[in-house]
Amino acid sequence: MVEPAVNRDTILGWLADVPDPEIPVLTIMDLGIVRDVECGSGVVVSLAPTYSGCPATEVIESSVIAALQNRGIANVTVKRVLSPPWTTDWISDIGREKLREYGIAPPERGASKRALLQGKRHIPCPRCTSENTELVSEFGSTACKASYRCTDCLEPFEYFKCI
Amino acid sequence: MTPEQSLIAYVLRLGDNALVLGQRMLELVAAYPELEEELANANFALDYIGQARMFYSYAGELEGAGRSEDDFAYFRPEHEFKNLLLVEQPNGHFGDTIVRQLLFDVYYLALLKALTRCSDRRLAEIAARAEKEVRYHLRHCGQWLVRLGDGTEESHRKAQQSLDELWRFTGEMFAADPLDDTLLASFDGPDLGAIAAGWQKDVSAIVEEATLSIPQETHMASGGKQGKHTEHFGYLVAEMQSAPRTYPGATW
Repeated sequence: MVEPAVNRDTILGWLADVPDPEIPVLTIMDLGIVRDVECGSGVVVSLAPTYSGCPATEVIESSVIAALQNRGIANVTVKRVLSPPWTTDWISDIGREKLREYGIAPPERGASKRALLQGKRHIPCPRCTSENTELVSEFGSTACKASYRCTDCLEPFEYFKCI
Repeated sequence: MTPEQSLIAYVLRLGDNALVLGQRMLELVAAYPELEEELANANFALDYIGQARMFYSYAGELEGAGRSEDDFAYFRPEHEFKNLLLVEQPNGHFGDTIVRQLLFDVYYLALLKALTRCSDRRLAEIAARAEKEVRYHLRHCGQWLVRLGDGTEESHRKAQQSLDELWRFTGEMFAADPLDDTLLASFDGPDLGAIAAGWQKDVSAIVEEATLSIPQETHMASGGKQGKHTEHFGYLVAEMQSAPRTYPGATW
């Protein structure tokens, strides 16, 4: 099969259509896990895993391969890169805005240093922006989210934890 | 053993600690009395299994004999696992589970932190990934120990008992063997002496905040790093390996 003429930017554009399986409102580009794309005799996409045990890692890898194969690239390799490690600071501004619109409070900035502090976090409600919110559960529907409640608009919401 | 062979054995041992602790935690899946802790436990267990996979895959690549992460996890006999005795101890009651986690995580976090500076690049990268997760686990079990120790008369008594009983498995973490020595000498690996000092300080601070007391000096059990395990371990391995050994080659 003859590879169509593609360059790095075209591939990156296509990858911007691949959703995160657990939070489909985000694409893998928004999430900041696409670290590199190399076009040669085939295409090599370097991805950073989010959490070591994240069950979505393998799903994402196969969606990347499928997305590029559907566009006629037969030879696709996915490489896992560990360094520098992914943190929530890699989520793009557009990604953070999409999370908020979706009803998930985006992670605080400052990644691992911030996560060390034992102090109270102020997580604004993604619906009414009130800062009067309370933690319901540190652990939510996926490894990366906690459950919160807004004490003003009374809506429950999820918070994308800072790691 | 050449330094390269030592590195393989050392990486495997890191994988064994992560796998065995993860497997112990997985035994508790769907057994927690409330949802929040249920999810916390399952999420944390997944992190350890994920770390074990990274260590085992790397060991397999270094070895170059075609062994996969599954071969290491499912097709090695009990005595080839070189995990610490601490992580194989049974879950017991919630206090036992939390104390086991805390004693290990304080050590593991310091070890990973030191490994991020070792001269083997891939091992340093895996350690950097894992460190972020373990830091978060430690925060969780540290808060629980304080809540249990500084809680009711019963929770205090039970937490102290857990601490007293598990204490004898902590000496092994800091007893440097030839693998630890090679990692330090040839790969700028962790200095267990320095890690021991930091561990004493950090554990003492949490134990004190939990209004508990550090146990008296006691005889320290060892053998895990040489593959000599406590009786509990055989049952864990048998259960963990039962499906792949019954149906060799089966896939999801």
